Amino acid sequence: MASDADVNAPLGTAPRLSAMEQFSRLTGLDTRLLAMLGALIAIWIILNLMTGGIFLTPRNLYNLAVQSSVVGVMATGMVLVIVARHIDLSVGSVLGFLGMCIAFLQVEVFPLGAAWNWPLTILLGVFLGVLVGIWQGSWVAFGGVPAFVVTLGGLLMFRGAAFMITDGRTVAPLDPTYQLLGGGIDGSIGATASWTLGLIAVAAVAFFSLKARAKRARYGFPMKPLWAELAMIAVWSFLIIGFVLVMNAYTKPRSDIPRGIPVPVLIMLTVVIVMAFLSRFTKFGRYVFAMGGNPEAAALSGINVKRTTVMIFVVMGVLCAVAAVITTARLNAGTNSMGTLAELNVIAAAVIGGTSLAGGIGTIPGAILGAVIMQSLDNGMVLLGVSSAVRQIVIGLVLVAAVWFDVVYNRGRR
Amino acid sequence: MTTPLVEMRNISKRFGGVQAVDEVSVDLYPGEVVGLLGHNGAGKSTLIKTLAGAYPCDGGEIYVNGERAVIETPRDARKFGIETIYQTLALADNLDAPANLFLGRELMTAFGTLDDDAMEHQARAVLHRLNPNFTNIKDPVKNMSGGQRQSVAIARAILFNAKILIMDEPTAALGPQETAMVADLIQQLKKDGIGIFLISHDLHDVFDLSDRVSVMKNGRLVGTRKTSSVTKDEVLGMIILGKLPGEETPEDMAARH
Ligand SMILES: Nc1ncnc2c1ncn2[C@@H]1O[C@H](COP(=O)(O)OP(=O)(O)O)[C@@H](O)[C@H]1O
Ligand SMILES: [Mg+2]
Repeated sequence: MASDADVNAPLGTAPRLSAMEQFSRLTGLDTRLLAMLGALIAIWIILNLMTGGIFLTPRNLYNLAVQSSVVGVMATGMVLVIVARHIDLSVGSVLGFLGMCIAFLQVEVFPLGAAWNWPLTILLGVFLGVLVGIWQGSWVAFGGVPAFVVTLGGLLMFRGAAFMITDGRTVAPLDPTYQLLGGGIDGSIGATASWTLGLIAVAAVAFFSLKARAKRARYGFPMKPLWAELAMIAVWSFLIIGFVLVMNAYTKPRSDIPRGIPVPVLIMLTVVIVMAFLSRFTKFGRYVFAMGGNPEAAALSGINVKRTTVMIFVVMGVLCAVAAVITTARLNAGTNSMGTLAELNVIAAAVIGGTSLAGGIGTIPGAILGAVIMQSLDNGMVLLGVSSAVRQIVIGLVLVAAVWFDVVYNRGRR
Repeated sequence: MTTPLVEMRNISKRFGGVQAVDEVSVDLYPGEVVGLLGHNGAGKSTLIKTLAGAYPCDGGEIYVNGERAVIETPRDARKFGIETIYQTLALADNLDAPANLFLGRELMTAFGTLDDDAMEHQARAVLHRLNPNFTNIKDPVKNMSGGQRQSVAIARAILFNAKILIMDEPTAALGPQETAMVADLIQQLKKDGIGIFLISHDLHDVFDLSDRVSVMKNGRLVGTRKTSSVTKDEVLGMIILGKLPGEETPEDMAARH
């Protein structure tokens, strides 16, 4: 039985909590996220041992970060889709379709070399992403067709549409400035800018944590101990600075010029911040979670469930456009096979990152963690010379295992 | 006589082949508690859900303060000061108590973001009033006891200065102590001039609290009586037999002939 005394007691001494739960309360991290973090560290150590130390080199970690960015960007949107009890099987095809549109417009419609060309194609790509979202979201919200079916149709339709744009022809090369968005040799921001951003990030973490704490104190709410707060700020700062150090440790070919944070990773981090903000601090985010927790309650609370559903798919469409920009810029081309099977990686990333297929539960940082776990396995297996057939089997197994974990975890909580 | 706070006239609602509510008329005055009684499946929840905006009704009219009120969505109902505690509670299990209390009418900061701290502050105050043992309000409500969940649902209804309160089996999950607390709450709300529809399938829950009782059976209104002018047995007769005290049922007449 809870009593008043519990509130004022330090959270760490609350009775009947496992060590893991106590830790989770102090850090504000969900136990499931912590388990995934543990899994990631284990995977990294094992892969590093198996590859004889190649896995954890700056060069490989840099590549890993770039490789994770496309799936990471889309996984943040998939979190909202799955939290609201839907699914989107079309994201890979939509990526392919939007990528082809962008490449085609850039190379064959607008004059290549004009400064306004690539920004305009990005804008048009995002606009088309919005339209795709409205199209699919409306079928789900107003047509009452299950998202599984709508997006399965989308998977076929948008792949077909991607092919039709150029009859399957690859479109290349793209604008040199645009290519920077995909990473590559010059597609990173260098040491100074990386440090600057890193320090701003550290300052922001400290500022917002302490500001939130001060606000809770003003209301007289129970708080976690100050040392726990400071420890969390320290851990985040350590991670941010460590990340900058690693990205700066990888140099450009035949030189000692540090690369710094790759542009696509910067794009992904921006997406993460925006999406985390959207899901935690806006009505839209609150309504998505409410709809996932209890659709009937959401409707009875006066939430416009249909409009929110369409919005979710619009957000997903925009993120597919962002992912399409990174992909085409990295390939320096538009090909009609771009994004094939990406939906599986994206869904797996979201689920591995703690998004529950039963709806109502999921986090944006978790999805990024999931994307990095998936990409680490793939990257490590490539380093080990594992064939692509075996890699597919492993990734498939990981997906099933992650969902199984979700089922078991939820069963344990009911 | 004052105008009724709410007047529902000839409300009908059909689900497929089931006539859940059939031409039912009830009314409610300020500061009054009307007990809505009837067996499970009598149509009580369906009737008040048309008032709450959960479903549009097939037929009939609703008047609030004597004026025709078109209530098609929960938002419409809230505009008229109608707040509802649903039998199913209608909570989002994955969200904490403050998020549930303010669902659909969140408090915002000056920057247009959710003001979770302000919501938590108000939530703590109202929940503490209902249930002083309530401390884990930041947990997802699925981790709460039945009584705590019910408290959250009740708190949500009284937080926004309701004028008309619908309580659909509000004490179903509560222990005796908490039930007494809800009874106190109802007395207090009455004094503030709030009209309350108190719904139950159990006569004893509402008899002492209500000024009038309306009894439903098989989707129809059996009748409405002043609580002071009937006995519990008479009301029980209305619930079970579907007849008013002293009235003959068709079965009685058939038995005589
Ligand atoms: N959403 C619905 N869809 C179909 N039938 C319903 C629905 N809600 C209620 N009913 C039916 O309407 C009748 C009245 O139910 P209800 O209003 O819940 O009764 P009560 O609240 O008095 O127990 C029952 O026969 C029930 O099965
Ligand atoms: Mg009922």
